[in-house]
Formats: sequence, structure tokens, C-alpha cells
Amino acid sequence: MKRIAMAALAALALTTMSGIASADTIKVGVVGPFSGPFALQGKNFKAGIDAYMTLNGNTVGDDTIEILYRDVPQPDPAQSRALAQELVVKEGVQYLTGFYFTPDAMAVTPLLEQANVPLVIMNAATSAIVTKSPLVVRTSFTTWQTSTPIAKVAYDRGVSKIISVVSDYGPGVDAENAFKTAFEAAGGTVVEAIRMPLSTNDFSPIMQRIKDSGAQAVFAFLPSGPTTLGFVKAYNQNGLKQAGIQFFAPGDLTQESDLPALGDTAEGILTTFHYAVSHDSPENKTFVEAAQKAIGNPAELSFPAVGAYDAMHVIYKMIEATGGEQDAQKAVDAVKGLAWQSPRGPVEIDPETRHITQNIYLREVGKNEDGTYYNKEIQTFEKQGDPGLAAAK
Amino acid sequence: MQTIFSIAVDALAYGMVLFVISIGLSVTMGLMRVVNLAHGAFAMIGGYIASYAARDLGLGYGFAVLIAVFGTILIAIPVERLLYRRIYGAPELTQVLMTIGITFCIIGITNFVFGPTLKTIPLPAELQGSVDLGFRSIATQRLFAIVCGLAVALALWYLVERTSFGIKLRAAVDDAAMAAALGVKTEIVYAVSFAIAVGLAAFGGVVGAELLPVEPYYALRYMVTFLVVVSVGGAGSIPGALLACLLLGGIDTAGRYLMPEFGEFFFYLAVIAIVCIFPRGLAGRAK
Repeated sequence: MKRIAMAALAALALTTMSGIASADTIKVGVVGPFSGPFALQGKNFKAGIDAYMTLNGNTVGDDTIEILYRDVPQPDPAQSRALAQELVVKEGVQYLTGFYFTPDAMAVTPLLEQANVPLVIMNAATSAIVTKSPLVVRTSFTTWQTSTPIAKVAYDRGVSKIISVVSDYGPGVDAENAFKTAFEAAGGTVVEAIRMPLSTNDFSPIMQRIKDSGAQAVFAFLPSGPTTLGFVKAYNQNGLKQAGIQFFAPGDLTQESDLPALGDTAEGILTTFHYAVSHDSPENKTFVEAAQKAIGNPAELSFPAVGAYDAMHVIYKMIEATGGEQDAQKAVDAVKGLAWQSPRGPVEIDPETRHITQNIYLREVGKNEDGTYYNKEIQTFEKQGDPGLAAAK
Repeated sequence: MQTIFSIAVDALAYGMVLFVISIGLSVTMGLMRVVNLAHGAFAMIGGYIASYAARDLGLGYGFAVLIAVFGTILIAIPVERLLYRRIYGAPELTQVLMTIGITFCIIGITNFVFGPTLKTIPLPAELQGSVDLGFRSIATQRLFAIVCGLAVALALWYLVERTSFGIKLRAAVDDAAMAAALGVKTEIVYAVSFAIAVGLAAFGGVVGAELLPVEPYYALRYMVTFLVVVSVGGAGSIPGALLACLLLGGIDTAGRYLMPEFGEFFFYLAVIAIVCIFPRGLAGRAK
């Protein structure tokens, strides 16, 4: 009798305990630039997260999801690592996400295994990050992924001699290599490859170099923001457009939030990218509506928001698979091969690399009837993986 | 040969834009002895006002420039009375701390009011497009910047060297107490020259906006460039600043054309060399 009572008591205790466990609050830590010169990108992270949670609720099963934001205004690996550590140790987050810059994400990868926390990257676009830890999953893109298809586009449009002009930093060098590899494989030649310092603000001499090189077209990569504006203006004002020198670039150059400033100078530029706010699908319509409401000013919405939105989808799936228990490896395994309809089109987490396989679109800057500008998708390259990892091996 | 001409034209245009933006700082640092790190912030305010006037209110470019200059001066006057007046003659460190603080405040406020995106100032049809020089084409706006630079240089030189206000200003700078004893209202002289310096900053911000686009971090992003121009030219000297801008513009442009992979190596090498040989700048006056 006594035994039965004990067993009953124990069973009761167990059920109540597990009852508490299944109604937990699961914390998700987001590290990104929420103030400073890159605050716009952090704002887009937040808009993507808010949009996802508005549309899908803030609970998975019985668990409530709580988001904690930490601010790293500029690339700062030490600071980002310290904040990630604080999130894991003090706040007890079960998932880390965010990360706009590659060095920040790199600095956090060594913590993951011991912390038993998966890292879902919302933006940082250098191929190698996923190799640093088996607990890294990425829902954005890589510079290799977005820069490779444009080479084929250029070649198919009759360009055989091209000049490459990139900003002299990690992603710029990635873009140069990706383009060169793909363009030479297609049969063209890169006559010259110029790397400009990041702080360049007068591009006239570069334009003169492009003219003198005798190339039929230019491939360019610059980080979005003030330098892009200067570059595109110089391209127009120095008569390169009139001279018929075509302009190819990955989509970073015509980010939606820069388009009002670029205006008609950007009209006709061809870019390849994984996401345009104008993408025509019911999923994207729902997403854009929710995200524009979240961000406040619709003109500020651009690609980091979709990376954040899909990162939240992956995290929700991870929580579903682990039933809210903290098990990083199980969570990551559960999303390997996960396929879904993202606002950007059909996507899949590649089981090998844990990077997102997605469509890359060729876009042309076009003009709306109301005079605003947008990226018009005109061609689709389906199911593009990350050629950058293969090239690194 | 064509390449040399081409570089020369680009260098002239770049140098003049630098001149228009930096000359106001040279005036505050050289004539008023205030290390005004907030100079770029005032240039940025000018850019924002012009952008708002031309884009959102649909005013003409000329009007936008005028509103920008006078609007910035209006904003700057209370700042001068409340904050700058306390640091005239104070040690450099106090001035640097105060003006960098002002800069951060202005950055925060513009970020809040106008948002973090780039703002452009639409050009009138006459300044758009490019002009054919025979051997190459150049943006009309650049030609306009060159003309503005020359006009500003001439007008300032005339004001400082040839008018009674210029005499009072130079007297007040050299010995404020003696000038005051002789009946010069130094406070007014200082306030007027501060207003001129701020107005020039705003003008430069608008005219140079094609090269240095207007966004909230403008003030910090280009602060070093402005300071370099002033220290190479010699604070307070108009011909010095002009010479420095043309020289640095030339070196920077040539370096970028011939060896872009070296980045700004040649630019800073030239700066170091000049400052070593002329510690007070090319046309700096001994104290």
C-alpha cells in the first residue's frame, strides 16, 4: 500500500514537473547592428522577426518564445562573442541568431558546442562560416551564391571581355573570385580586376580606368550605402552608360532601401540576388505586408528582413522537433533537408552544408507607375547552392 | 597625354569640392581658434535641409541652396550662443570634447528625424548630364562645383583681406583684448564669422553632395578628410587651403587611377611629408 502511494506520488510529481517543462519560455538571442551606421540592417532583422511572430504566433506547442536583442553597432568580433556568451550564460537562451557581419558570426562559432546552442545566421555571407561548427545553419545567402549567375548572364548577352571592380574587403574579394571563376568557365575573359579601398568617395578615376581597359562591360561589387550611390552616379556622369558599357552586379548594389536615392541613375542595371521585395508570390505578399507594418517606413524594407523571417521559421521547426528541450545537435539535425516556401521562393536547408539552397533571380531596376523604383525579376536560376564552399576545398 | 589631362580634370574637380566643404573649418580653426569637429555635422544639416526643400517641398535648386545655408545658420546661432561661446580660447581638449559631443547629438537627432537612408538633392536639368570637353566628358555638376569653389575662394579672400570687417576679424583674432579696447565689438565679430563658417559648411555639404552623399554618419565619415585639408593647408589661410585641396586632390586622383590597390597610401604619404616639412601647413602663420 505504502509502495503504491509512493509510486503514485512520484508519478504525480513527474507529470506536474513535465507539465511545467512543456509550458516553458524559450529564449532566442538576436545579435545584430541595432544602432550606428548599420542600424537599418538591424531594423530589418527586427521587422522580419516581428512579421514571423505576428503571422505564426509567439508559441510553439506549449512553449512561449521570447526574443532578446543585443546590439553590436559595427563589426566587432570580441564584443559580439561577449554578448553571445552573456546571452547563453546569464539569460539562458536556447538559440542564437542574427549576425549581420561575418567576423561577428565567426567569433561565436567556438562557443556553440559547449553551450549546446544552435546558431541560425540571418545574414553574414562568407561561405566558410558553416564549416566552423556543425551547429551553424544559414538562411541568407553567400556572395558566391549571388555573384555566380550574373557571370552567365553577362556572357549570354554577348560580353566576352569584362572588367571587375570591387571594394577591397572580404565580400568584395569573394565577389571578384566568384565572378571570375564563373565567367572564365563560360568562356569569357576578365581583362582587369581592380580592388578599391572601402573609403573611396570619388570614382571618376576608376571610371577612366574602366574606359581605358577596353572592356565591353563592368562587374562591380560595393557594400550598400553611400559608396554605391557615388559609384553608380560616376558610372552615369562619366559617360560609360552612353558609351554602351554594360553594368552587372550582385543585388547588394541595388538594395531596396538605396533605390530612392539611386533613382534613375540605376535604371537598367542588371543584378542577381536571392530576394527582391517586389517578388511576385502570395507568400511574399503576406510577408511584405506584415514586415512593412513592423518596420514603419515601407521604403526601408530590404533583404535582411527575409533572412530573419526564414531564420525564425527554422528556429520554430527546431523547437517543434526537440519539444522545447535544449538539444542543439538534435535541433540542427531536424532541419537538415527542411524545405519550405519562403517569401523569396522555394528554399531548402542543404543537409551537407547547412546553407540555404534557393532560387537566384536576375533583376533589372525598373520604374513603378508612381515614380518609385524597384527590382524587377526577369529570369530565375533555380536551386542554387553555394559554389563558394566547393571553390575553397 | 589624354590620360594626364583626364586625371588633371578629375583632380581639379575633386580638389574644388574638398575646398568648398573644408574652407569653413579652416576659418573656424585658423581665425577663431576653435577646433570645430562638428563642422561636418553642420555641412550635413545643410545637405538635409536642401534635400528636404528640393525633394519634399519641390523648390528649385537655387532656392534649396539658399534655404540650406540660412537654415543651417539659424540652427547654429543658438548653438553658438549657448555652447561655442564658452569654449572660445579654451584649451584644445575642451574644444574637441565639446564639439565631438555636439556631433554625436546631431547624428542622433538626424537619424531619428530623417531615418538612416541616403538622401539626395535633385539637380536642376542644367546641372544634370555631362559636358564634352573634347578629349573626355565631365559631369556638369563637377564644373559647377569648380566654379563655386573659385567664387568662394575669391569672396572670402576679399572679405578677410580687403574689407573693414576683415580687419576687425584679424585684429580680434590676434589680440582680442586690445581689439576690444579699441572699440571692436569682438563678440559680434566672432558671431558673424561663426555664422559665415557654418554657412560655408552648409554650402559645401550641398554642392559636394554628389561626391559625399548625405546620410546621418556623414559628420564622422569625412571628419578626417576635412581635418587633413586644414592641417596641410595651414589653418585660416584661404590660398593655403586652396593649394592643399588641389595638391591632395591631384595626388589622390592620380594614385587611384594608376594604382588603386594601394588605396589611400599616397594620399597619407603626401600628408605626412607635407606636415613634416611645414608643421604649420603650407601657408600657416607662426603663432
